[in-house]
Amino acid sequence: MLTAVGFASVYIAGQSRISGASLTYAVFFLGLYLAAHIVARFTVPRADPYLLPLAGLLTAVGLTEIYRLGPANAFKQGLWIVISVAVFAATLIGLRRDYRVLEGYKYLFGVGAIALLFMPLLPGIGETVNGARLWVRAGGLQFQPGELGKIALIVFLAAYLREKREVLAQGRLKDWGPLLVIWGAAMMVLVVTADLGSALLYYGIFLGMLYVATARVAFVAVGLGLFLAGAAVVYEGTPHVRDRVTNWLHPWTTHPVYCPFTGGTALRQDCTSYQEVQSLYSIGHGGFGGTGLGSGTFTNAAGQKIIPDLNTDFIYSALAQEIGLIGAAALVLLYMVFVLRGFRVALLANEGFSKLLAVGLTFGFALQTFIIIGGILRVIPLTGITLPLVSYGGSSVLSNFLVLAGLMLVSDRANREADGA
Amino acid sequence: MNRQLHRLALVTVLMLVVLIGATTYWQAWAAPGLQDRQDNAIQTVIQFTIERGLIVPESGKVTFAANRRKRVSGQTFFFRRYPTLGLAAQTVGYSTAARSQAGLEQSMNDYLTGSATNLSNALKRTLARLGGGTVKGNKLVLTLDPSAQRLALSRLGDQCGAVVAMNVKTGAVVVLASSPTYNPNLIDQPGGYAKVLKIRGACGGSSALLNRGTAGLYTPGSTFKMVTAAAALDSGKFKPTSGFYDPGYCIDYGKPVSNAGNPDQGGTEVFGHVDLAEGFQHSINSVFCNVGKALGARLILDYAKRFGFYSIPPLETPADERAASGLYLHGKLYDPKDQNLVDAGRLGFGQERMLVTPLQNLMVAATIANKGIVPRPYVVQRIVGPDGSIIRDTKSSNLGRAIKPQTAAELTQMMVSVVQGGTGTAAQIPGVQVAGKTGTAETGVPHVYTAWFVCFAPADNPRYAVAVVLEKQLNGFGGAVSAPIAKAVMENLLHG
Repeated sequence: MLTAVGFASVYIAGQSRISGASLTYAVFFLGLYLAAHIVARFTVPRADPYLLPLAGLLTAVGLTEIYRLGPANAFKQGLWIVISVAVFAATLIGLRRDYRVLEGYKYLFGVGAIALLFMPLLPGIGETVNGARLWVRAGGLQFQPGELGKIALIVFLAAYLREKREVLAQGRLKDWGPLLVIWGAAMMVLVVTADLGSALLYYGIFLGMLYVATARVAFVAVGLGLFLAGAAVVYEGTPHVRDRVTNWLHPWTTHPVYCPFTGGTALRQDCTSYQEVQSLYSIGHGGFGGTGLGSGTFTNAAGQKIIPDLNTDFIYSALAQEIGLIGAAALVLLYMVFVLRGFRVALLANEGFSKLLAVGLTFGFALQTFIIIGGILRVIPLTGITLPLVSYGGSSVLSNFLVLAGLMLVSDRANREADGA
Repeated sequence: MNRQLHRLALVTVLMLVVLIGATTYWQAWAAPGLQDRQDNAIQTVIQFTIERGLIVPESGKVTFAANRRKRVSGQTFFFRRYPTLGLAAQTVGYSTAARSQAGLEQSMNDYLTGSATNLSNALKRTLARLGGGTVKGNKLVLTLDPSAQRLALSRLGDQCGAVVAMNVKTGAVVVLASSPTYNPNLIDQPGGYAKVLKIRGACGGSSALLNRGTAGLYTPGSTFKMVTAAAALDSGKFKPTSGFYDPGYCIDYGKPVSNAGNPDQGGTEVFGHVDLAEGFQHSINSVFCNVGKALGARLILDYAKRFGFYSIPPLETPADERAASGLYLHGKLYDPKDQNLVDAGRLGFGQERMLVTPLQNLMVAATIANKGIVPRPYVVQRIVGPDGSIIRDTKSSNLGRAIKPQTAAELTQMMVSVVQGGTGTAAQIPGVQVAGKTGTAETGVPHVYTAWFVCFAPADNPRYAVAVVLEKQLNGFGGAVSAPIAKAVMENLLHG
């Protein structure tokens, strides 16, 4: 509760600096948070007490920055948060007795995950954004089904690995079958949709869960080898991917190079790596203390946006500029605390499915953070995915609230059993 | 499974630590480098939010560089404009939206944007930024005299060349005119830069962007006789009365070098028995050829260095917009260890491979006027903070003594005689004694010369020195084409 009040005050302070009239958002958000808190209090009373406040804080930071970058988007994001909280509450209520019933539907989850991943490829509803086909449009709403596919996949993997972990560790080929089939299909879909960030994320989750389940480092090594081989093939075959790697290694050129956008030549920083490079300038401009919320520079003298996708993939660049190194480091530390609580949940869980589910959800959350922030900071090639809970994007918020619900369910059960024993 | 869990958690934490490390790298370590990059769109905008300091002359009502205010989506932006157009274009320079800068706009950028000042100013700036206020830069007050500058430019017309003038007592540069000039407002317009590059003076394909006064390198011709004579007299090896016999040529490296090579000479080609002072007055090459041979190249070059040759003269403009004078070989400054590598005879009358900037020649004249002490040139008189406080006030200083006061007095006399009855009579000003030296340097093209005139006045109590150079003058001699310009500018400075 203390944390909740703390973040609320931070949030209100942040909002009032942008405009005094936006208090509505703060009050509304606080109310929403309290509602989530009350639902959690009744359904999962023994759940880890830090998870919900941490998630709330991250969401608040994100909403504040989204509001700062474009109030209209903040309203949409606000709606999605309401939906997410509702789904979160429904999940807690629905599964409060025993979430392990999910284990029984593992193949349904496996198939469902792939169906969700395939959805954007369907003609009519699928949409290509920034070279990756991962959107579904129905009416006025855009949705990334892959975000939910991720959760389904984690549930499937947790259940399947729990059941087969001993035999898998022995390395019998036939038991690997379903797992490889589902995995291979998932990878294929991802390559076809050209959404590399997600491919890396799902593959990483898979390897992480496999390692925890089987305790075999060799699997991880082989898996990484396979991934590198696959990546090399993709690199050769997909210009979209080649550009990403080139931009990563050499974002600045001193001589004009071929620019696929115009067909002519331009300096790479004025063409394909423009977004990455300007995002680094944004981060660099923040310096130690940042410009202060609302005082950052995101539009040029003509009033146009400097960095496209600033509130989704590049929200970290916007935050780093406005809250500086101190704020950005604090933000990453928030993620770290959340992730450590998640691992603690996995440690305390006393049976395989729960442990693996918690690990999958936690590690996926952390890996996604690493892939997007690491990409922005040129630690790894940049692939566009959202920053969990902070980025603008309904499907992302929804899926991360499901992660939160999952972790709270597991921890509630673990703690109850510990008390009972 | 718990052991694996611990390990995975450790790996995960390490990944997040890497993120903090990388953020630190970009925000602390690499930030200054990022900020300086030309394509940094944020810095481009930031630049517009700063109310850049004005650039004004100390006297006169004009403004060299001002700002135009514009509100764009709730933010106030300041766009640079240059009301005086080409008047001091190469010196003031420009600062564009793409953050390309030149001239004082480049070299004084930190002052103009208020970013490099003292601690209290930095504090004010930070407070202004946090308070959402406009960061205001500092004003530059220049020593340039707009009326003399305007006169100099109009007299230069479409000829390529430069007029520079200095207050000899302080070193304040009062005229720094370079022709052809350009309109700095064009630079930031679409296609404007290309237009500026296409500007041609009468000399043909030469850049208007070049600050000829400080960066134009010209063969000094007979104006270099000031340095040779200074070396001759100051070293004690010659006196103004030292006698010479001029047969109309000088034997250099066993071959006769005819005086006729020097179109700057007045009167007959053969002067017969003359002294050094007369040789100077009539700019007789054979005399200075013999002086040069007697002194040796080393001594002449050493004296040249005392006047500032072989180093880039100090001024507030960017260092790459100023050039060092001296011997040049293959486009590089050349200071031979072995003096026998230099033709001392030709050096004596300013040919050889000697190249001199108008500013350097001005400094030579100013030094003679200033009793042998080299004034330190400057063009920024004051830097004034947005609240009116004076951040920097330039105090006149010098670059040391080049020659003895006695030598300076003797040279002054010789230069007075040049204007009174020698090659520079066109520079006479009624009621004012002018001391000057003409120069007409060969360009390699027959009958096309670089025409010089360097002078100071009044001779008995010098106030200003003026140097004029004109490029590619067809049969145009320094005494005939450059001296009248120098005279006009000098009159303006003395009376204006």
